Amino acid sequence: MSQFPILDQKDTRSGFGAGLLELGRKNPDVVALCADLTGSLKMDAFAKEFPERFIQVGIAEANMMGIAAGLTVGGKIPFTGTFANFSTGRVYDQIRQSIAYAGKNVKICASHAGLTLGEDGATHQILEDIGLMRMLPGMAVVVPADHNQTKQATLAIAVHEGPVYLRFGRPKWPVFIPADMPFEIGKAQVLVEGSDVSLFACGHLVWRALQAAEELAKAGIKAEVINVHTIKPLDEEAVVASVRKTGCAVSCEEHNRYGGLGDAIAQTLALRLPSPQEFVAVNDSFGESGTPDQLLRKYGLDTPDIVAAAHRALARK
Amino acid sequence: MPAPSPVAPRTSADIPALQNIASQVRRDIVRMVHAVQSGHPGGSLGCADFFVALYFHVLRHDAAKWDMDGDGQDLFFLSNGHISPVWYSVLARSGYFPVSELATFRKLDSRLQGHPTTHEGLPGVRMASGSLGQGLSVGIGAALTKKMKGDAHLVYTLHGDGELQEGQIWEAALFAAAHKVDNLIATVDVNGRQIDGDVEDVLSLGDLRGKWEAFGWLVLEADGNNIQGLLATLEEARQNTGKGRPVMVLMRTEMGQGVDFMVGSHEWHGIAPNDAQLAAALAQLTETSGDY
Repeated sequence: MSQFPILDQKDTRSGFGAGLLELGRKNPDVVALCADLTGSLKMDAFAKEFPERFIQVGIAEANMMGIAAGLTVGGKIPFTGTFANFSTGRVYDQIRQSIAYAGKNVKICASHAGLTLGEDGATHQILEDIGLMRMLPGMAVVVPADHNQTKQATLAIAVHEGPVYLRFGRPKWPVFIPADMPFEIGKAQVLVEGSDVSLFACGHLVWRALQAAEELAKAGIKAEVINVHTIKPLDEEAVVASVRKTGCAVSCEEHNRYGGLGDAIAQTLALRLPSPQEFVAVNDSFGESGTPDQLLRKYGLDTPDIVAAAHRALARK
Repeated sequence: MPAPSPVAPRTSADIPALQNIASQVRRDIVRMVHAVQSGHPGGSLGCADFFVALYFHVLRHDAAKWDMDGDGQDLFFLSNGHISPVWYSVLARSGYFPVSELATFRKLDSRLQGHPTTHEGLPGVRMASGSLGQGLSVGIGAALTKKMKGDAHLVYTLHGDGELQEGQIWEAALFAAAHKVDNLIATVDVNGRQIDGDVEDVLSLGDLRGKWEAFGWLVLEADGNNIQGLLATLEEARQNTGKGRPVMVLMRTEMGQGVDFMVGSHEWHGIAPNDAQLAAALAQLTETSGDY
């Protein structure tokens, strides 16, 4: 994509680690907790530079969420780090009661989300986490598109008052968001303007959506690509404005088709601008072992799947 | 950075005065639960002496200066949130909100929810609780923040004995000892009862003292329905903070203490008295500082 050349290949979790380290240097209230995955979450630099503000809780995620909630009493800003599965499903009630209902300023930072975790398989590939967290009143849900944006998002959630779920992943992935591109929680980004179909994407699939737009352009179809890095609060105005222009939508996410970005957009369109929408998402199943690329292909989340979905949406206009 | 142990001398307690407050608190509990025909009187009555001892003598706190952060004050977290009636009564009677507000307990639009919450902005409450097993972790987090901020005040928690069947409690127990969270005093209401019957029958806790000691805690034991003895044990607990170990106080109590037909039975865990039972209960509890 000419507007978005590949700047590098980096994992989004390293963007989190870089953001956390910068936060540590600029905000003495930021505290980090990890459940025995310091290296995987790229929290080692923070732990080394700020040992007095790094809490190793061991393999005890429920306790980690409770401690994080308690740390806010007195004004600390805790960032918890573990895999997405253990950040959400495993500790849902702890998050629900001690963080969300209690209104605590905890930042739940989750790596290895989605199919692109790869070879570890379905036990670790949570595809339901966006839905779980989106359903909690007051919880912001942020799914940045690449390494640079994950760093930006990490910095941004620290100044957002209230609980946040920040979702990122394991594999090296194209870096294409310029480091100086403005980032605001709740403000979707139109990466490519178009007039025929709106491609709404989050996380790793933003890059795939850009590739799909390039393919569609070859067929004379002008696709608009919108990076919906914040699932909640959803930028409804951006969704409606784009679909008002294009007349149809495709949602793209590394998540079950139930509960995630697609649902959020469908709900907005149903209420404000009923329009054809196609879903590029996992079709209500668990994942399996494989490489990230193999899995995206097998589960229908690859570039050709987005292209096909765009054609289906266009045909329904 | 371990916080220094706060060992300033205390004024001696006026035990009869505290017992009088406990009697009034027990009246509040049965009246509140009766009024809405729901709530948990048994555990609340059993813990009335502890709450009165804590809020009217042990805790260093100032209701007039209440805020969420609680800097410069001792903090208390109720983990077994279902005994909210006793906490609400003691909070009101120690000045956190008007005593008249007790009449709103469990009613629509009340700040006094069935289980305690920060959600409605009730002064004195810093955490939502009710789903069991979470409060020890929360207390640890608050204690760590106090250490990081150099605040020498303490964090107290209360748990039910049945609640100790939750796994998160033991994650927290392990953590507190390993990380030397020694500005934390956890207490357990050992009344031996839970909803389905005796704790011993539902899921025995075995050697409870031995378990906490094996986890690395200093363990003290007290009669939780004897204010004088309880104060002595809580003072001993306070004197043992700042010594590299978290402190546990196991308090033996009688569920339903103070109302003869409720004592010692799990049947009154979550059942409200009817009109006749209310009258019988109130006849046993002296009104000492005015019903709400």
